[in-house]
Amino acid sequence: MKFLRRFLIRLSNFATRQSADQRLQEELVEHLAFQTEENMRTGMSPTEARRQAALKLGAAQAIREQHHAEHSLPFFEHLLFDLRYAVRMLLRSPGFSLIAIATIALGIGATTAIYSVIDATLLHPLPYPHPGELVRIEGDLPGVGAQDINVSVPEWHDLENSGIFQYVALDFFTSWNLTGSAQPTRIAGKGVTPNYFAMLGVGARLGRTFDPGDKTPGISPDVVISDGLWKRAFGADPRILGKAVRVDNDVYHVVGVMPPGFRDPGTTSEERNTELWVAGDFATVPFPPPLRGSRFWIASARLKPGLPLASAQAHIDALVASLKKQYPADYPAQAAWTVRLIPLSETMVGNIRQSLILLFGAVGLVLLISCVNVANLLLARASARGREMAVRQALGAARTRIIRQLLTESLLLFSLGGVTGFAVLFCAQRLLLRLIPESLPRLNDVSISWDVLAFAIAVSVAAGTVFGLAPAWLTSRLDLNTTLRQEGRGSSGSLGRSRLRRALVIGELALSLVLMIAAGLLLRSFWDLFKVPLGFNPSRVMAIETWLPVPNDPKTDMYSTAKQESVLLREVLRRNRTLPGVEETAVGDRAALPLGHIKNDLNMFPLIREGQGGQGSQPPLIATAIVSPEYFHLLGMTLLRGRLFADQDLEATPSIAVINQAAARTYWPGEDPVGKRVRLSADKPDWTTIVGVIADARTESLADADVPQVYLDIYQQRLIKDLAFFLRGEVDPAAISAQVRTQIQAVDPNLPVFHAETLDDVLSSSLSVRRFSMEMVALFAATALLLAGLGIYGTISYVVNEQSREIAIRFALGAQRRDILRMVLRQGLTLAAAGAGLGVAGALIVSHLMAGLLYGVSPVDLTTFAGVTLVLTAVALTASYLPALRAMRLDPIATLHSE
Amino acid sequence: MKEKPDVLQGTLALMVLKTLDVLGPQHGWGIARRIEQISGDFLAVNQGTLYPLLLRLEHEGSIASEWGVSENNRRARFYRLTAAGRKQLQAEAREWEQNAAIIARFFKVKAGDLT
Repeated sequence: MKFLRRFLIRLSNFATRQSADQRLQEELVEHLAFQTEENMRTGMSPTEARRQAALKLGAAQAIREQHHAEHSLPFFEHLLFDLRYAVRMLLRSPGFSLIAIATIALGIGATTAIYSVIDATLLHPLPYPHPGELVRIEGDLPGVGAQDINVSVPEWHDLENSGIFQYVALDFFTSWNLTGSAQPTRIAGKGVTPNYFAMLGVGARLGRTFDPGDKTPGISPDVVISDGLWKRAFGADPRILGKAVRVDNDVYHVVGVMPPGFRDPGTTSEERNTELWVAGDFATVPFPPPLRGSRFWIASARLKPGLPLASAQAHIDALVASLKKQYPADYPAQAAWTVRLIPLSETMVGNIRQSLILLFGAVGLVLLISCVNVANLLLARASARGREMAVRQALGAARTRIIRQLLTESLLLFSLGGVTGFAVLFCAQRLLLRLIPESLPRLNDVSISWDVLAFAIAVSVAAGTVFGLAPAWLTSRLDLNTTLRQEGRGSSGSLGRSRLRRALVIGELALSLVLMIAAGLLLRSFWDLFKVPLGFNPSRVMAIETWLPVPNDPKTDMYSTAKQESVLLREVLRRNRTLPGVEETAVGDRAALPLGHIKNDLNMFPLIREGQGGQGSQPPLIATAIVSPEYFHLLGMTLLRGRLFADQDLEATPSIAVINQAAARTYWPGEDPVGKRVRLSADKPDWTTIVGVIADARTESLADADVPQVYLDIYQQRLIKDLAFFLRGEVDPAAISAQVRTQIQAVDPNLPVFHAETLDDVLSSSLSVRRFSMEMVALFAATALLLAGLGIYGTISYVVNEQSREIAIRFALGAQRRDILRMVLRQGLTLAAAGAGLGVAGALIVSHLMAGLLYGVSPVDLTTFAGVTLVLTAVALTASYLPALRAMRLDPIATLHSE
Repeated sequence: MKEKPDVLQGTLALMVLKTLDVLGPQHGWGIARRIEQISGDFLAVNQGTLYPLLLRLEHEGSIASEWGVSENNRRARFYRLTAAGRKQLQAEAREWEQNAAIIARFFKVKAGDLT
């Protein structure tokens, strides 16, 4: 209490600048008078009495200082003095200050920008309570080459009974037709178990979520909608609860509206924008029978509080082992079934993590380089201020005091830089956000928040301290005699200082080489991917999606047979062909959309080959697309052997399939697959005959050429609900969506039409994350190169300046300009060589770390390494050439006279 | 700038408080002379160090001060003990006596007493 009171009084004195000096002076005068009187009484002469009294009192100035220190807060006072002085110093050399502040602003602004993305995606990916407890449950069947497989209903019960989870929920992601409003819309929806929201720990903003104890068979009539849908489709109607909505022709009642910030924890941005949730038991009609092998459902769970992931995984491993023993027929040993618990945050961020970490590393290097540059500038200025420091020390300034003052200056510089960088970022955030690819998870949550501001401040202060301390240390370490005597010659820097400067420039060059090599490798990967032969021709092709409703009541299903569906398809295709500019049309399911679909288990089917694999062996899974006969020609896919689908292949005729070369190579090595028979489902008895083999095309993944693929004829298949219509020709992308909608809705007015995209756009957006990180790293590398060039230019200029006397003497002794040029360039080259050597070593480490982001280029690609080193050397030479020119033009007489 | 070691500081503060307690309101020189008379050389030189301490005690609320007129008609600043200061003095005096007693006992003990 006493301490606080004292501090507050001092603080207020400091703030109001009240001084007790006057009072002390008067008291001391009185004190001396009393003491002098006393001394005189003992018989001293008046002069002696005054002298003795003063001696007894002690050093008046020291007392005043102590008194003042007690009265106010000396630490802050000194800080204020230092700050005022620092501001004056900055204003005195505005050029230096501007360059330094701009450099720091660049570094800190860029770092903060990337941090804001990381903050939203990696650091706060889950807006749910206790996010650490949330996991996704995925299985693998390494024995048959299947990864990330889902969970079946009996397995779900086993997981629930394992005792390590609070909740285990199942879900499936789909689209629904929401009808009843002006235009039938297709919305992203999810079927979930009733405990889904309880698992996430989020309640409704209006009404309620599903009751975890709900035992309604099949699908319950309740529906929960998102805040966005509530506002968009229902005008934020406060009496929405209990209202009926029509979803795929089924009637549901709204029981709850989720809060505005709620996002579904999906793995894709589409899934995260789910707008409608329906609860089901996943076991009775319309769900398929709950067999152990029917692993259709995505499982997420909340672990018991405080249970570490590792021990939960150990529990799961034990459970899997006992299930394998209990049900050997469902879990054959050769399939080697395993189950993994993955933190939900990881599945949401997914493959973006590596790219973001790469970007953050790159931007960190840029920050480091800009800090090194500023440290270099500070050092250069330190030599100009050597005399000032020497005079201060000669007058009795303690070294710590000088370091403190210099540190205040550099901290001020870095804070100004940080503030500038942040301010620019804040003003430009809308513009910058547009650069981020849309596929980035939680893009909507990226913002310049307080967290980000705190980060920027912390980085500025840390950088200011670290990179201000070394120059301050070296500046304050002076030999007073030499420095003061050197007057007039312009002090030449100490050995330690020039050594540090060289080290800094070498470091800078090395760092920028690392960045440039990373950028070069990414650029080559991107280019290779961009130029890769696709195996299909995406130009002038447009894809437009629709969705046939799947009502729970089969009686209301208008498209329950292949015949019913083919009537619709043929009619829509016929109408589409009449649209202006359209040359060819085709239709397929969503899996037939090249690169545009999410790879999921629903289009992976078991491939059972006739005469192969005995009882109990697990068939491999194969990607399956369902297409109309025109599809292959429209996309320019070449037939290698056999035939394609034809008009006479109908539901009644024998089922046929076309495979790609990769499938032929993988499953019928050394044989002709044409004529072989397969089954694509364990429970359907009919055999499908392979009639043709087409060339491989990168329709599944740009990076992967040989994904086995099987195509089925859409007119022979039932229950194809996710449809994509393809149009080739000179169509107007802006108008085509409306034209196709008119045609489709002329056939069935209840069908939604959405996602009109050209395949070129699909292709380029499938590369968007790669392109984003490549562009960013390239931008950072260019910045780094520029900064490093400036750094080497500054250092060589400084060296030339320092050596001007030596150069003048050399000229006087008969040296040629050529010799001087060579001498200066050699210094630049030495620095560049040392930097390049270190940089290549660093780049080797970094390029191996980022191998996962590369495509078609080796992490030790010689061309990239050699090319980048060459560029760096060229820049270093250019940067040293300018000061070298100045050295060559030096007038020896003038130089020697001035010294 | 340098602060005196805590023990000395604390002791001097206690002496100031006790002086004011015994003599009533006093000016700076009066306090200094009184401490000098009783403690010998403790404040023989550097009487001035008393003034920052007085300011601190005043900030802490143990003493208060105002201008007044001294016995020989001089204008002087008089310091007096506040209620809080008196309480503090009692507490610290008690503590000081306890400590002194303990230390005294330690010094009295001889090797033979500890068996």
